[in-house]
Amino acid sequence: MTIRVDFSLISSWIAPGSRVLDLGCGQGSLLRRLADTKDCRIQGVEMDPDSFLEAVGNGVPVIEMNIDKELDLFCDDSYDVVILSRTLQAVRRPETVLKHMVRIAPTIIVSMPNFAYWRNRMGLMSGHAPVSKDLPYSWHDSPNVHFGSVSDLETLFSQLSLSVVKCVPLSATGRVSKMPFASRNLSAGAVLYQLRNDTSLR
Amino acid sequence: MAAKSFEELNTCTSDAVLFTSDEPFHFVRGGQIDHVQVRYETYGTLNEAKTNAIFICHALTGDAHAAGIRQGDTKPGWWDSMIGSGKPVDTDRFFVICPNILGGCQGTTGPSSLNPATGQSYGLEFPILDMQDFVTVHRRLVAHLGIDKLLAVMGGSLGGMQVLQWALSAPQDMHAALIIAASSRLSAQNIAFSAVAREAIMRDAGFSDGHYLEKDTSPDTGLSIARMMAHITYTSEGALWNKFGRDPQNEDLTPGFGVDFAIESYLQHQAETFLDRFDALSYIYLSRVMDYFDAFSSPQASAKIAEHPIPTLVCSFTSDWRFSSSQSKRMVARLERAGVPVTYRDIDAGVGHDSFLLSIPQYEDLIRAFLNRSFEEVVR
Repeated sequence: MTIRVDFSLISSWIAPGSRVLDLGCGQGSLLRRLADTKDCRIQGVEMDPDSFLEAVGNGVPVIEMNIDKELDLFCDDSYDVVILSRTLQAVRRPETVLKHMVRIAPTIIVSMPNFAYWRNRMGLMSGHAPVSKDLPYSWHDSPNVHFGSVSDLETLFSQLSLSVVKCVPLSATGRVSKMPFASRNLSAGAVLYQLRNDTSLR
Repeated sequence: MAAKSFEELNTCTSDAVLFTSDEPFHFVRGGQIDHVQVRYETYGTLNEAKTNAIFICHALTGDAHAAGIRQGDTKPGWWDSMIGSGKPVDTDRFFVICPNILGGCQGTTGPSSLNPATGQSYGLEFPILDMQDFVTVHRRLVAHLGIDKLLAVMGGSLGGMQVLQWALSAPQDMHAALIIAASSRLSAQNIAFSAVAREAIMRDAGFSDGHYLEKDTSPDTGLSIARMMAHITYTSEGALWNKFGRDPQNEDLTPGFGVDFAIESYLQHQAETFLDRFDALSYIYLSRVMDYFDAFSSPQASAKIAEHPIPTLVCSFTSDWRFSSSQSKRMVARLERAGVPVTYRDIDAGVGHDSFLLSIPQYEDLIRAFLNRSFEEVVR
């Protein structure tokens, strides 16, 4: 199993013994790693049947759930960290999902592909919807329903009074970007955030 | 996969006397009996470390005969799609135990058993059963078999409710729990169906206030009606339509009040075969247990499992309206809140509640993956 760079980063941000909820946990590799190396109490959520089955085989507890509609299953402050990895662009109401996440845990970790990445801009300039490693779908079969940039996402964070604790731009190959931080809206393929809520959304 | 013969599954059918007058069985809701005998079947082989035992809890009208074909039978056990060589509950790997439950009528002590004190059947003097009573007897059977800890406890419908009660009251008995097409408390609609079924039985003159065995009467009409109605609730509109449509039983419809549509004939056949194998008193006692069951009603209900969280699989079926997905989701929420590592899947299946008894690839893959992983964690 190859370990994604963002998984290594996320893992390094999580304290041993934390209660971790991963929304859209896929095959559960990140949670498995957190349970094995950091003794975390893990819970996953996944909709895709094949990934779900893999997660079960990996010994990851996983709930089939529509995160747009059913997150109220989780109680306030019942986890230490909630993760939403590369899924925010595919939920119907990102704002509602983010509000739930900060209700469920004091710390949330979010990553999202950047639709304003320069290659995506080039794609659009050439007259086609962009297809890249971060956006691997054709326009007609994509699960993505929102096409936000890093700037757009950070605007939403501040509207929701979410303060950015950590922000790591990632290159198109998924590594930590070596480009200047300030250029992330143009140079990052995706961005990974650790956030806390400033004021009480609760 | 074809059903295997008993020899191929290494099947044993046994009876165990688990409570006697020296140590009577005390019912949760009051009352006691001096003799509890349990019929059970086992499949596969218990390994040396005794770590591969899976306990199966059956549903309302199930019995100990869960898998394989007995000599002379035309049909295999009630969960043969799930249990057997190479099946999700793989008898080549696991040792499987399935008893008939307390109050049943297939070899285990129930209301139609002889009351040694009177020399007559217990009838309605049999104490009212509680879900925990089943668990108490199950635990005694596990001890009788010399097993300290089960790999898994698994069941569907009333069987799933037993698993939930067991997992909440003695989670240390098992490494994993599988609760399928069940509920932590029945809906009003579900209780209503059971109420009508019991009314049909108890209002039948042949019921004789529960002493039909002595009076040599039998509430066949009531039990038939109960079964026919229940059977409809275990399937779905689509499943019945696909199977029968509006087809006539014979070549043409012949308007009148007889059995004319294919579905009517099918229900009648279901009722007839049911009369051969099931007892009216067991039906009313066992169905009543479900009505009163409310697993999370006490604030302390989750205390033990919170202290001893075990991987728990909850599984429902999209077309099941008798034990709907929302009831399973409620269990998931309660268990998750207690810190239980819970896995939940709503399997897309069109056959209603009975889906849990059928061979559905996604369902079987899920059970297989969950059990195999549980076993890996135990032997690690």
